[in-house]
Amino acid sequence: MASVSLKRAPKRVVTFDVFNRRVRTLGMIAFSVAVLAVMMLLAQVLGVDGLQTRLDVRNQPPSWANPFGTDWLGRDMFTRTLQGLTISLRVGLIASALSAVLGLLVGLAAATLGGWVDAAITWLIDLFMSLPHMVALILIAFVFGGGVNGVIASVALTHWTGLARVIRAEVLQLKTADYVQLSARFGHSKMWIARHHLLPHLFPQFVVGLLLLFPHAILHEAGITFIGIGLSPHQPAVGVILSESMRHLSTGYWWLAVLPGLALLVMVKSFDALGENLRALLDPRTAQE
Amino acid sequence: MLKAEQISFRYTHNGPWILRDVSLAIEAGEVVGLSAPSGRGKTTLGKILAGYLPPLTGRVSLNGAPLPKSGYCPVQLIFQHPELAINPRWRMKRVLEEAFVPSAELLRDLGIEAGWLNRWPHELSGGELQRFAVARALGPATRYVIADEMTTMLDANTQAHIWQVVLDHVRRRKLGLLVVSHDAALLGRLCTQIISLPHL
Amino acid sequence: MLSVRNLSITFAMYEAGLRRRAITPIAGLDLDVRAGELLGVIGASGSGKSLLAHAVLGILPSNASAAGQIWFKGELLTPARQEALRGKEIALIPQSVGFLDPLMRVGRQVRRAAQLSGASSPVEAQRRIFERYGLRPQDARLYPFQLSGGMARRVLVSTAAVGQASLIIADEPTPGLHPEVVAETLRHMRELADEGRAVLLITHDVGAALTVADRIAVFYAGTTVEVAPVADFQGDGAALRHPYTRALWRALPQNEFISLPGAQPTPDDLPAGCLFAPRCPLATAECRAARPELRPVRGGWARCIHVES
Repeated sequence: MASVSLKRAPKRVVTFDVFNRRVRTLGMIAFSVAVLAVMMLLAQVLGVDGLQTRLDVRNQPPSWANPFGTDWLGRDMFTRTLQGLTISLRVGLIASALSAVLGLLVGLAAATLGGWVDAAITWLIDLFMSLPHMVALILIAFVFGGGVNGVIASVALTHWTGLARVIRAEVLQLKTADYVQLSARFGHSKMWIARHHLLPHLFPQFVVGLLLLFPHAILHEAGITFIGIGLSPHQPAVGVILSESMRHLSTGYWWLAVLPGLALLVMVKSFDALGENLRALLDPRTAQE
Repeated sequence: MLKAEQISFRYTHNGPWILRDVSLAIEAGEVVGLSAPSGRGKTTLGKILAGYLPPLTGRVSLNGAPLPKSGYCPVQLIFQHPELAINPRWRMKRVLEEAFVPSAELLRDLGIEAGWLNRWPHELSGGELQRFAVARALGPATRYVIADEMTTMLDANTQAHIWQVVLDHVRRRKLGLLVVSHDAALLGRLCTQIISLPHL
Repeated sequence: MLSVRNLSITFAMYEAGLRRRAITPIAGLDLDVRAGELLGVIGASGSGKSLLAHAVLGILPSNASAAGQIWFKGELLTPARQEALRGKEIALIPQSVGFLDPLMRVGRQVRRAAQLSGASSPVEAQRRIFERYGLRPQDARLYPFQLSGGMARRVLVSTAAVGQASLIIADEPTPGLHPEVVAETLRHMRELADEGRAVLLITHDVGAALTVADRIAVFYAGTTVEVAPVADFQGDGAALRHPYTRALWRALPQNEFISLPGAQPTPDDLPAGCLFAPRCPLATAECRAARPELRPVRGGWARCIHVES
């Protein structure tokens, strides 16, 4: 047993260990937001000057002037990567927002309408989940004719299932919860119960679900762009950069693929950490630790 | 009079019967005990009497009319586990006043302290939460109370306290009370009549 | 076997943002349980009964800090020793099947408990313990959700009794069960004590504890107010030492069914003096000034300055 001296003043505010769970969680959230903000800001500040073709500085390794080196046309890879990430972020944001809203609506419909609607939706969710992700992504992107629309549609249409399932389960559980049924016996209408008991419970789930969709959306966007049916080569998206760089890997220009890849990884992990830590904070079971 | 006539119930089509042709009646001002081993549908019967579940066959009536489908239900059910009957994301004041604003007198009788109203449910003990559940069930429009193992999880002192308050209200306002419990000594203390559910 | 000396447990709870508040649900708890003895631990919810079990097993959450001493078989318990003893020397009978692995057949869970406690043949140990508690061999193939109330109790007792644990802690083993199942579970507790083990029976149900315990420890607001032999719980409770114990005894429906006004103090707002003073009919200025010590009174213990020793 650790021996700690305990004073006997009621309701005192105590500083326990500084690096307790909530401080760490909030720290991680702040750090993730900062990383993402710096990336976006740098992209704005640097502008597109670095994208000019400069044949005199072709294939330069990383240096102070060009932190990520330059490519076979002398373009600054750092600028290209940041611009690419900005595009990826924008596409990812639209795709995951669409996907999350779709998941929310489908989950709510399944749980509230019940009966054959629920059965059909559950079947659909299982179908989507049993399909290999990449295959579905490629097929849908192909149907929509590739490009930005194809990427958004394919990511949105393949990623709603997880959140739909969570929302459906939560609503079903809440509907039968004693306190919700009791609320109806107190004379409150269905709308009142939905607004006061259900929505405040679902909202955090939705936000966390949305945030955790983000890294998937960005990775998959990069993935299908990499194999050539996503964004067009004229848009300097990360997937495009990575796919072009592959051709130059064997020539020893490692920085063309490795550094943009690392940047993508940092961004994806930041979003992941943001979502996971927010989830820990919002869950009453882990919020106190 | 709260009356259940020939109630039968099962959860799934072709599932086992939970209740079969159960009838009972509670007069206003009367305290009836219901005792039966677990698994004989006591909780289900309580939920049917308070309008939580519709009976498969038979009917529940209050003074000859069916229970109202909307609005405050004059038959209120108090659960065994108060922590499940309270929204964990609400402060206690909001929980308490969800249906109506209880009188200061009722809060004092139940020993609900002013400081508890600002707390979250997880900061209070089961005995403290159950006092809130009782206060909420004793609304002005309440005519009948179904207490399903209401004090089973509580210590003897809190149990005696809560029952004193409930019995006092029952007498003063001529409420009908159904006490569901397997504690024979408790039922003997509280009830004028004890019925048991048959084995199916 | 087990001695708890002046145990205090403090939790850091978040209020808003990063501001934290300390609450002390256990403040000055003392307890002894001997080999072959069944000690009933009773008290209201929020009196710190379950936390005591968690403290002895060393499974308090990370935002808790403990002070005081816990001795087991004459040795001071440290977190490392607790981890080594848990499941082997000290076993827990939990409240519900919710504590079992829902995806594992119960037979396998009992065998795993046997293995953990060092049984040479877990299969044989599980077969014997099932026989002892009237479970059929084929019941081992059931999953926790398939157990009826009575069977679930027997499985939970089996997981603790299958090993050689010399201290068994039962945390509310009879929550809202039918009298027959309660009686059976209590009988099993008694048998475990009669085999020479020390049993700690934690319950809110005074009546249940009295039927099988040797002594009763009464908790109030996280402190031990009295330890009494069961024989003292009789008649009008005159043999009892602490006013709270007497109030609990009188509140039983089979006795006077009268309650004491007021409520247990909340753990973040404990009175400076005796924790029971705000509700005590005997309280004086002296009671409100300082916390009384637990002292020996007529073959038991009481934390009250007014009781004659």
